[in-house]
Amino acid sequence: MINKKVAHVQDALKGVSDNMTCMLGGFGLSGIPENAISELVKLGVKGLTCISNNAGVDDFGLGLLLQKKQIKKMVSSYVGENDEFERQMLSGELDVELIPQGTLAERCRAAQAGFPAVYTPAGYGTEVAEGKETRNFDGKMYVLEHAFKADFAFVKAWKGDAAGNLIFKGTSRNFNPNMCGAAKITVAEVEELVPLGALDPNQIHIPGIFVQRIFEGAHYEKRIEQRTVRQRD
Amino acid sequence: MLDKTGIAKRIAKEVKDGYYVNLGIGIPTLVANYVRSDIEVEFQSENGVLGMGPFPFEGEEDADIINAGKQTITTLAGASFFDSALSFSMIRGQHVDLTILGAMEVAENGDIANWKIPGKMVKGMGGAMDLVASAENIIVAMMHTNKKGESKLLKQCSLPLTGVGCVKKIVTNMAVLEVANMGFKLLERAPGVTVEAIKEATEGNLIVEGDIPEMNI
Repeated sequence: MINKKVAHVQDALKGVSDNMTCMLGGFGLSGIPENAISELVKLGVKGLTCISNNAGVDDFGLGLLLQKKQIKKMVSSYVGENDEFERQMLSGELDVELIPQGTLAERCRAAQAGFPAVYTPAGYGTEVAEGKETRNFDGKMYVLEHAFKADFAFVKAWKGDAAGNLIFKGTSRNFNPNMCGAAKITVAEVEELVPLGALDPNQIHIPGIFVQRIFEGAHYEKRIEQRTVRQRD
Repeated sequence: MLDKTGIAKRIAKEVKDGYYVNLGIGIPTLVANYVRSDIEVEFQSENGVLGMGPFPFEGEEDADIINAGKQTITTLAGASFFDSALSFSMIRGQHVDLTILGAMEVAENGDIANWKIPGKMVKGMGGAMDLVASAENIIVAMMHTNKKGESKLLKQCSLPLTGVGCVKKIVTNMAVLEVANMGFKLLERAPGVTVEAIKEATEGNLIVEGDIPEMNI
């Protein structure tokens, strides 16, 4: 077994510095790497480019980094839940690249899988395709989208082991598996770091080869963005 | 004239047995409530779930099980979870049978705009561009006019596009329309709404052939 386990979040984020490009898993606030984000805030690194489907809310998730103005550029598909984000974007303090959600996932996956770029129909004929190479395949138009290049990928899983194997839970899986191995260093934080051999190899979602560092998160708030319930009859 | 629930009820009739369906945020979400109970349908949410069920009972919410609107949900027997790339493989790969989404504007050539109002609202496209670029069967659910009373069915979209020439069918509070060769072909009228009123509220070319039946909801 090649040991990926690090003792603390501090060790897990060793090497992070100003102006780096980071991928962060999560959809809304579900499945975000809460501990890595807190540590990035503590480290005070600046000028970050963050690739993440959403930008958190004002006081949680990536919103915490936005508050401290640590982010230079966001690459996201949907950013509707964050007033500070909107303010920084409209004032020009924050550079924002909005891209289709499937394209975001596929640019991560391409980086993970060793493809320099992929053709997608998403965004053809819109401003998203401006300046990009397009091509006709069997009568339909596609846009060439390049694989991301990132320094760190911060992902969050439910369970993991010292070998770096990961299992995700529910829809908190989202972009996390696609970002594993898509950056120079992948840091996985898990709710439960289980003993080696405790995970059934048949059930593993991401094999440890895609993960360089793994640690058990000290605390998870797992905030719910839209609590919706139905009444009991 | 229909309300939002009425639009959802009419669209629910388009959902057929054996369909995998992706529902957008807003009116489309309501459609799930009115699908016939004697057919089998599975709802896909692009954040990574197939086989979505109703909202959870109070106290049973799970932060790890949400829909694309970030609402807490439940899953039905036979449901599955998956990552975002696989989710969009279902969408881009045309494995999803029907996509229902909202729009700010639709043009008579099938163009759709629903993600950005320059200088005003910039929330992002989410999965909408992937959905409209790939789906064979797209129904737009929207009000016929905006809050200012201006038509949302136009000759040409004025807002930044989400997709080109992709919308096939539109269900509004006033009518059911099909995107045809030279304009919006009127298929049905909402209860109590005249063809004249629909013409008045449609900026794009409205094609009216023969008697237009009233919707059956």
